[in-house]
Amino acid sequence: MNSDVVVVGGGMIGLACAWRAARAGLSVRLVDPEPGRGASNVAAGMLAPVTEVTYGEQEHLGLTIAGARAWPTFASELEDATGYDLGYRPTGTLLVGFDRDDAEALAELRAFQSELGLRVTALRSRELREREPMLSPRVRTGLLAGEDHRVEPRAVVAALLVAGEEAGVALKRASVARLDHVDDRVRGVTLTDGRRLRADEVVLAAGAWSATIDGLPDSAKPAVRPLKGQLLHLRALDGRPVLHTTVRALVRHRSVYLVPRDDGRLVVGASQEERGFDTTVTAGATRELLDDAASVVPGIDELELTESIAGLRPTTPDNAPVVGRTSSLSGLVLATGHHRNGVLLAPITAAAVADLLTGAEPTAALTAADPDRDALRAAPRPRSRPAPGLQAPRAANTGRHAPTATGTVTDHHPHQDPEVNT
Amino acid sequence: MDPLLTIDGTTLTSRLVLGTGGATSLDVLERAIVASGTEVVTVALRRVTDTGPGSLLEVIDRTGVRVLPNTAGCYTAREAVKVAELGRDAFETDWVKLEVIGDERTLLPDPVELLDAAEQLIDAGFTVWPYTNDDPVTARRLADLGCAVVMPLGSPIGSGMGIRNPYNLAIIREELAVPVILDAGIGTASDATLAMELGCDGVLLASAVTRARDPEAMATAMRYAVEAGRLARLAGRIPRRRYAQASTTDEGRAELFGADDDAGTGADG
Repeated sequence: MNSDVVVVGGGMIGLACAWRAARAGLSVRLVDPEPGRGASNVAAGMLAPVTEVTYGEQEHLGLTIAGARAWPTFASELEDATGYDLGYRPTGTLLVGFDRDDAEALAELRAFQSELGLRVTALRSRELREREPMLSPRVRTGLLAGEDHRVEPRAVVAALLVAGEEAGVALKRASVARLDHVDDRVRGVTLTDGRRLRADEVVLAAGAWSATIDGLPDSAKPAVRPLKGQLLHLRALDGRPVLHTTVRALVRHRSVYLVPRDDGRLVVGASQEERGFDTTVTAGATRELLDDAASVVPGIDELELTESIAGLRPTTPDNAPVVGRTSSLSGLVLATGHHRNGVLLAPITAAAVADLLTGAEPTAALTAADPDRDALRAAPRPRSRPAPGLQAPRAANTGRHAPTATGTVTDHHPHQDPEVNT
Repeated sequence: MDPLLTIDGTTLTSRLVLGTGGATSLDVLERAIVASGTEVVTVALRRVTDTGPGSLLEVIDRTGVRVLPNTAGCYTAREAVKVAELGRDAFETDWVKLEVIGDERTLLPDPVELLDAAEQLIDAGFTVWPYTNDDPVTARRLADLGCAVVMPLGSPIGSGMGIRNPYNLAIIREELAVPVILDAGIGTASDATLAMELGCDGVLLASAVTRARDPEAMATAMRYAVEAGRLARLAGRIPRRRYAQASTTDEGRAELFGADDDAGTGADG
């Protein structure tokens, strides 16, 4: 079977790339055993370039701001194409500090944001509670970032599945066994059932699993590792929203966010853990999330706890994504490594990938995502001191890619799911 | 010539030990490790279990430094011993930075659990680097148990409050025969220098570098700060005086106005 493009991975990034490519007139097939079940299923959906800004990552700001600006158009096009409500709400984000130390950390962040020309407004305790009456009276300081919006990732994935199908994307619910290439030129992929999908272009959008696809030459392997995040889903029984804006908080040096939906649901997240492909939901992370969330919004005690979930962010050494062609393998387009910003960057990534596939000039904001940049250069090599004991108990649970003593995962697991992550 | 720091028979050319917690990205962490010149970094075994390609442990391995597994996040001796054993299997090292925390808010050590865990681990053949309060009695008890090094805090972990009790730290240094490494509380380079001037054999820090605006530059600063403090300690500081003492004395100065003028003042000359 031939098509112009095969997209590996049906998370928000892969689905958006496939939709945009199909709309640009290309024939597209997308492979994923369970579309939308990776990081897209776990992500809270903050579109937050301003409140996410961190020391040392100011170079990524051009990218994340461009990502946020692309959302309104992307959302309305997708809503028009499907009739779905994506939960896109341009209502801003409040960032609050719990104790005096947290307030000082916020003041430092605000100075940094101002220096970068980002617009934030400092609010007093009364102003904070006028906006969000459920905030704890103990919360003394806060910032409003009016340009940090939100969206509901699961609704976006559902809409992209419909929109993609209507635009002609052929969805294969299957796993990729390997990437096929001859003479440094991509030829397509082989599925675990032995079928081959021929294509001159392959878009690799397999999230945290992007580096584990067999057949990827080392020089083309994206430097992506899994970064575990745990989140909780809560729901108000009366269906009334608990908050109107997203609330992010520093609570005794720890970060927590509460992202509301209109129907009374509330997402609380998220941990950030270096635990390989483990997705165990732990008591400790759940307790910390609830403690911290209840410190700033005590009323959450009354909500129903509907879901606790862990996902894997695809993260690179410098936290910036990997979007573009690689110099070492012609026909391969990488669209992965989006770290905490997969939802935010899905529209701009999809636009860039569609441009690359159709030969148009991609957007300048994507230089920070260059697959050949220096920060990604350090080639992986086996650990000289093996670590047999660390992962063993967890690896059994995940049923996926247990890191082994040599530190290589691909050799032992020919049947990875090219699972979706954004 | 300054003798090198030796712990458990291992000689270290750098007296700086770097913690790995709090870095915003692995790229930032790797550059900080290299810039610091350290030979030993600590890793929280309860928080880091990824050993795969691109993992934090792979980055550390690439820099060529030794891993000192730590028991951060443990609240009982039992947990700490269990985690230490995990670290020994994982890294094939007997070294362990022993942390037993007594309070979630201040992260201050629990001395009772710490002594208990240290004794068990030493009996099991570990080389124990205990993180302890700046209490000279607890420090001496840890040394008596057979800890290879004792690591009192300057102030609470991540607080950046510097050395709150230099007097206790000096007593600990005087009383103990094993190396003393200041662990926790360093906020900036001068804090690390002060620790070394007080006689510490090394400094362990993490947040001061990983949470700095420019971690790589701060790691470089810490490298020089530790070296400066060590050199100053060896060189010996001058005594403090209430009044000035000119660095150039009058002796041998040219007498521009002749002996007669001086004689008129009644000075002894």
